[in-house]
Amino acid sequence: MAQAKAKAKPKSRAKAGAARHWTADIFDVLKRHNLKQVAYVPDTGQAPLIEACIRDNEIRAIPLTTEEEGIGVLAGAHLGGEEGALLLQSSGIGNCINMLGVPIECRMPLLMIVTMRGEWGEFNPWQLPMSQGTQAALEAVGVIVLRADSAERVGETVAAAAKMAFDAGRVVAVLIGQRVVGHKNWDR
Amino acid sequence: MANAKRITLDRRKVVARVLRDRGDALLITGLGAPSFDAMAAGDSLNNFYVWSGMGSAVPFGLGLACAQPGRRVLTVTGDGEMLMGLGSLATVAVQRPANFAVVVIDNQRYGETGGQLTHTEFGVDIPAMAKGAGFREVATVYTNAELEEAVPLILKGEGPVFVTVKVRPEPAKIVLPPRDGPMMRHRFRANLLGEG
Repeated sequence: MAQAKAKAKPKSRAKAGAARHWTADIFDVLKRHNLKQVAYVPDTGQAPLIEACIRDNEIRAIPLTTEEEGIGVLAGAHLGGEEGALLLQSSGIGNCINMLGVPIECRMPLLMIVTMRGEWGEFNPWQLPMSQGTQAALEAVGVIVLRADSAERVGETVAAAAKMAFDAGRVVAVLIGQRVVGHKNWDR
Repeated sequence: MANAKRITLDRRKVVARVLRDRGDALLITGLGAPSFDAMAAGDSLNNFYVWSGMGSAVPFGLGLACAQPGRRVLTVTGDGEMLMGLGSLATVAVQRPANFAVVVIDNQRYGETGGQLTHTEFGVDIPAMAKGAGFREVATVYTNAELEEAVPLILKGEGPVFVTVKVRPEPAKIVLPPRDGPMMRHRFRANLLGEG
C-alpha cells in the first residue's frame, strides 16, 4: 500500500509537469506581442513551438535554409510594420554574426530564441567550440543576452527579452540552457 | 557558353529604367553598386539601402513583402550578393509572395572589391536556380528589347519574379545614398506606416 502510494506520487507530479511544456510559455509571449512572422531552422527542443507557430493562423512560419536569412527577413518585416522572432540553435549563431550588424546599426527590434547545444553534458565534442563561444560572440557585436537554465525560468526570461526587443527596440537573444532542452538521444 | 551572348547594357540606365515606372513600389537595395544605381536614379522615401549583411537583400525583401502584401516590393542587388545568399531563393519560393520581385544586376564581377570575376562569369546560371527553387516567373535580360519586356513583369507580374539583367563590367560613378541606419528606418516606416 505504502509502496503504491510512493509510486503514485511522482507519477502524478510528472503528469502535472507534462501538462505544460516550456515552449508553451514562449508561445504565449510571442502571441502577447502580436508577432506575425516566425523564422526558424529545425530544432528538437523548440519543435513544439515551431509546430504551434505553423498551426497559428495569424503567424507566418518561415522555414530558413540558414539562420542568417532570418535576420534579413525580420528586418524587412519590421520595415513593413510587422514584428517577429527567430528560432535557432547555438550552432547557428556563428552564421548570424555579420548579418546582426543590420538590425543593430538600424536599431531594429529582434528577438532570438536560442537553444544551447554543446554545454551541459554534451557528448559530441564537435559541438563544443561554437556553443562555448555563443554568448561571447553575441555580446561582441552588441546583442543583449539573457539566459534561462531551468524550464520554469524560460517564460519570464523570454517575456523580459521581448520587452527589451520590442519596447526598447534592441536586438536580444535568449539562450536556453542544454539542461532545459535535454541531451540528444543517441540510443534511438 | 552561357556568356557567348554580347553584353551591352549599362547598369545605371537599366536600374533607372526599371525604377522609372515603379509607382509606389517599395525598394530594398543590396550593398554596393546596386545601392548607388538606385540613388543615382533618385532617392525616395520608399527606398531602403542595405549597407552591410551581404546576402540579406533578398530575405529583407521577403520579410517586407510578407508584411505588406498590398504593395509591390522589389529587391535590386548584384550577382555577388545573390551568390552569397542562394538558399534565400528557396526560402522565398516556399512563402511564394505574389508581390515580390528580385532583380539581379549581373556584371559578372565583384565591382567594389577589385573587379574579381564572380561565378556567373564562368556560366553559373542564377535564374536557372531561381526557376529550380520555384519562382513563378524567371527571365534573363541581355538587350533593351528584353528589358522592356521584363519591366512589366518586375513591376506587375505575379510573383515571386526573378530577373537577371546582364550588364557591362565598367563601374559607374559612386553616388552615395544615406547611411544613417536609424534615420533610414524611421523615414521608411514613417512614410509607409505613418508612425515613428
